[in-house]
Amino acid sequence: MKIVVCIKQVPDSWADKKLSPEDSTLDRASVDRVLNELDEYAVEAALQLTEAHGGDVTVLTMGPEDAAEALRRALSMGADAGIHLIDDGLSGTDAVGTSYALAQVLQSREFDLVIFGSESTDARMSVVPAMVAERLSLPQLTFAGKVEVDGGTVRIQRVTDYGYDEVEASTPALVSVVEKINEPRYPSFKGIMAAKKKPVEKLTLADAGIDASQVGLAQAWSAVDSFAARPPREKGTIVEDGGDGGAKIAEFLSTQKFI
Amino acid sequence: MSRARLSEDYELLRSTVEQFAHDVVAPVIAGHYEAQTFPYEVIAGMGELGLFGLPFPEEYGGQGGDYFALCLAIEELARVDSSVAITLEAGVSLGAMPLYRFGSEEQKRQWLPELTSGRMLGGFGLTEPEAGSDAGGTRTTAILEGGQWVINGSKSFITNSGTDITGFVTVTAVTGTRPDGRKEISTILVPSGTPGFTVAPKYSKVGWNASDTHELGFVDCRVPAANLVGERGRGYAQFLRILDEGRIAISALAVGLAQGCVDECVRYAGERQSFGRPIGSYQSIAFMIADMEMRTHVARTAYHDAGARMLAGEPFKHEAAIAKLYSSGIAVDNARDATQVFGGNGYMNEYAVARFWRDCKVLEIGEGTNEVQRMLIARELGL
Repeated sequence: MKIVVCIKQVPDSWADKKLSPEDSTLDRASVDRVLNELDEYAVEAALQLTEAHGGDVTVLTMGPEDAAEALRRALSMGADAGIHLIDDGLSGTDAVGTSYALAQVLQSREFDLVIFGSESTDARMSVVPAMVAERLSLPQLTFAGKVEVDGGTVRIQRVTDYGYDEVEASTPALVSVVEKINEPRYPSFKGIMAAKKKPVEKLTLADAGIDASQVGLAQAWSAVDSFAARPPREKGTIVEDGGDGGAKIAEFLSTQKFI
Repeated sequence: MSRARLSEDYELLRSTVEQFAHDVVAPVIAGHYEAQTFPYEVIAGMGELGLFGLPFPEEYGGQGGDYFALCLAIEELARVDSSVAITLEAGVSLGAMPLYRFGSEEQKRQWLPELTSGRMLGGFGLTEPEAGSDAGGTRTTAILEGGQWVINGSKSFITNSGTDITGFVTVTAVTGTRPDGRKEISTILVPSGTPGFTVAPKYSKVGWNASDTHELGFVDCRVPAANLVGERGRGYAQFLRILDEGRIAISALAVGLAQGCVDECVRYAGERQSFGRPIGSYQSIAFMIADMEMRTHVARTAYHDAGARMLAGEPFKHEAAIAKLYSSGIAVDNARDATQVFGGNGYMNEYAVARFWRDCKVLEIGEGTNEVQRMLIARELGL
């Protein structure tokens, strides 16, 4: 079976992020960048499926030059090939434009499954997988906590607030995964070295047949008007315990509506 | 920092092990250390990551890397904990490497895939109650009798020799007398569970409390003649080569511990307040940490240099001895200063620096005492 995993390079979620004053987009130079954590789960899910059923895994990313590091990470984990959609015209593209660009790349490819992490740790919108499925008219099985393939059928447990729904569809289909699904492997040294020799196809907007007027910052459906740094944390209140500490704690919890 | 000059492959390996140490080792290791239990689940994870196979070719289940890659992994583990780092170091350098270098093809096929995957550990029995630095003083004997080696004697401080996944111990033993009258020493593989091979209860150690160390006894222990590893009579020479490499690995372990002290102190000195300011804003603390950083950097440079010579196939005995001597000393310095930076908390076992303090001293003793290193360096100088 053929699986394409869509991945994204994001600023390290533990780092303080800055927006660039010029265009209000993320200042990529200010933080370490890593493969989006949930995408590691997506890669792991794909690898487990091809290990069980045979086939190959291609990872697809859209981003500037250094997004190649995210591809390399996925290839080190065991993916077979990479596609890097890279073009200055993509800078500042929003979720709608991203789903269009990814769908354009995917539509000319053969696959049984497209797998996404259910959200990126920077934008946190969770909409791109659904948008891509819609654009490609694929069944969408989102928020999967478990995924199984049986012949031409893919079955997932869709994680919900109250438990999970069992959802199935015929392939080709699109799946997005949540972190409950597995424990992503660390790349081994063998994998790290092998990754260098794996093919990575670089595509420009023109190569992928993407209409430049539908992507980029100017085409985004939303814009950042202004932004401000998060105010520093205010000093906490120190309460001296003069024998009435318990009552004061209860009073505090009550004002915060905990009790 | 010199690590920024690592090639991309090495750097990706280093950062992967760093992440593993942070995510997998750090959360559980203090508990194992306190309870003196062997961290099987961590070792299994290291096995899946391929760490035990780093310097071995893929045909034996290895990763196709090299010994320097192993050193980088050991350093990153030791930044968080020395017990798991020494388990890896000994598992590879002392468990698998003698078989890989000197074993027969059959021995390699039988044992290496298990060892390189981390599913099995092997021990190396050299040190004896009466023979440490003076390996020529070996008293354990092995006599060939009816196609079997009959082994008698005992071994001390043998790492990885008594875990549930220990498969064997290779031991050095006197197998005869050489024409020049000196002892003929050979290396023989003894599978765990062989009658006559006993593993004493684990030692009560000052540090390295989550690593496995035992005294071993051999009473008329019989193994097939084919369990000889390498040539008969070459046991001592074989072991010297293993030790030279091992010194670079121990140096890497010491650098990791020293770096762990810097990491912990930088964090703590930024958080801990004293007289209304973080203690790191006081010169007395800041300078102490600056010195720790300097020593770590120099020690790392020393082991990287020895490692580069080793990879290039150049002589590296001298540089390995210097790296081991220097880095073990500064590991002790850093651990001492780190506990000082932590004050009273540094004396509490729940803080990592207390573990570092208990773990550092053995680095000046194991893999050739620092006196032996000085002897080697002086000898190279013609003294």
